[in-house]
Amino acid sequence: MSTETVEVEKVAAKSEPLFSKKNRKLVSNPLDSDNPITVQVLGVCSALAVTIKLEPTIVMCIAVWVVMAFSSTAISLLRNTIPNRIRIIVQLAVVASMVAIVDQVLQAYAYDVSKQLSVFVGLIITNCIVMGRLEAFALGNKPWPSFMDATGNAFGYAAILIIVAFFRELLGSGSVFNFKVFEAVGINYVGNGVMTNTAGACIILGLLIWAQRARNGYYEEE
Amino acid sequence: MSQFDKNSGGYIFGYAVLLTIILGSVLAFTSESLKEKQAAEREFERKKFILAAALGRANVDAMVAENRQDVEALYDNRVKNFVVNANGEKQEGMTAKSVNVSKEFKKPAEERVLPVYTVSKENSEEVEYFVLPVYGNGLWDNIWGYVSLQSDLNTVQGVIFDHKGETPGLGARITEAEVQNRYEGKKIYEGDDLVSVQMQKGEGADYSSAPHKVNGMTGATITGNGLNDMMLDYMKLYESYFKNFKQNN
Repeated sequence: MSTETVEVEKVAAKSEPLFSKKNRKLVSNPLDSDNPITVQVLGVCSALAVTIKLEPTIVMCIAVWVVMAFSSTAISLLRNTIPNRIRIIVQLAVVASMVAIVDQVLQAYAYDVSKQLSVFVGLIITNCIVMGRLEAFALGNKPWPSFMDATGNAFGYAAILIIVAFFRELLGSGSVFNFKVFEAVGINYVGNGVMTNTAGACIILGLLIWAQRARNGYYEEE
Repeated sequence: MSQFDKNSGGYIFGYAVLLTIILGSVLAFTSESLKEKQAAEREFERKKFILAAALGRANVDAMVAENRQDVEALYDNRVKNFVVNANGEKQEGMTAKSVNVSKEFKKPAEERVLPVYTVSKENSEEVEYFVLPVYGNGLWDNIWGYVSLQSDLNTVQGVIFDHKGETPGLGARITEAEVQNRYEGKKIYEGDDLVSVQMQKGEGADYSSAPHKVNGMTGATITGNGLNDMMLDYMKLYESYFKNFKQNN
């Protein structure tokens, strides 16, 4: 991503239905063929860090979605006023404020969940997908398509995280949603230490990317 | 917007100032309006932890899920508190609530004041459990908790641990019931020596016949060591009080 020029994907400016085919694609593409994690390989840092267990992973995904949806809409509303030279700082300020608000609200109304996520809520700020979508999409498009784009990417991010977390929790702790699966079926399973470490997430993510690219016939451009 | 040059210094400066003021106000407003609710949550958690250490976490969690008022009522009925110093002498005019354990932790050990909570038997004044706040260092940040002892001041009734920044899934497991339950029924005294309860390195071994050892947490040895230091340090701090109590009773 260049800091000097803004390259923005433009969506038709003509009036169109709320859930037109184009808008639906904004949501469905990031789920598979344009997935932010497996195809664009963005936001991998948190995909590695928060996926040890399913429960915090899912709350994290919801928090990321809220932050992305609100900040994309806000930046899209402001897009014609933002000075080009400080646009990154403006985006950062909006995202950081959103994250702080989400954190405060969680602390007041979902105290237990906020404690589980601890530092990772704050780390949403550093998630490349959030800023990436603001820079690549919200800066050049109307609020509604920007909201749809943010939602699509957040769901694409969530899908991969949940798959990774499922395998890490299953193989690392022998459980799913803290339910001891192996014990329940009478197998004495000793948790795999690699899976509770970040390296385990790297391996699973690599396998996922491989499987998806093999299926979709993706290849790196020369 | 066409009348402004968006790249002029004045516009950029004005934009930055305006943005800062707006976002700052929004954040300040959010923080102010949620402050009371957050403080109430923390106070409720303190009561919940004290009761959970003594009466069992599953019981208290079930009560919280059913009716939070019951927890408050139970706390008011059965929990009393006082403050002792490092020599085990009761401090008049102080309540446990007024003692900030994390601030006390920064003072030299002999200058600290220590809150003691007692849980009485149902419909009786007789003390059934003692609950002692503990505080220490984990891997990334502070860890703390409540250790509940039976009235012999030796047998661990239950523990509750909490942390600020331990790694989720590794050190943060100290908050899980499965880890905390390992401490139940362990002894802190070996003869007359206070040895506390030590979490071992590695996970999976059976320590059910070892009264001073509990199973460790894979991948969280440093948090476990912090936990051990915290338990031992604080049990030592309370030891003078234990001696005074045993002499008087």
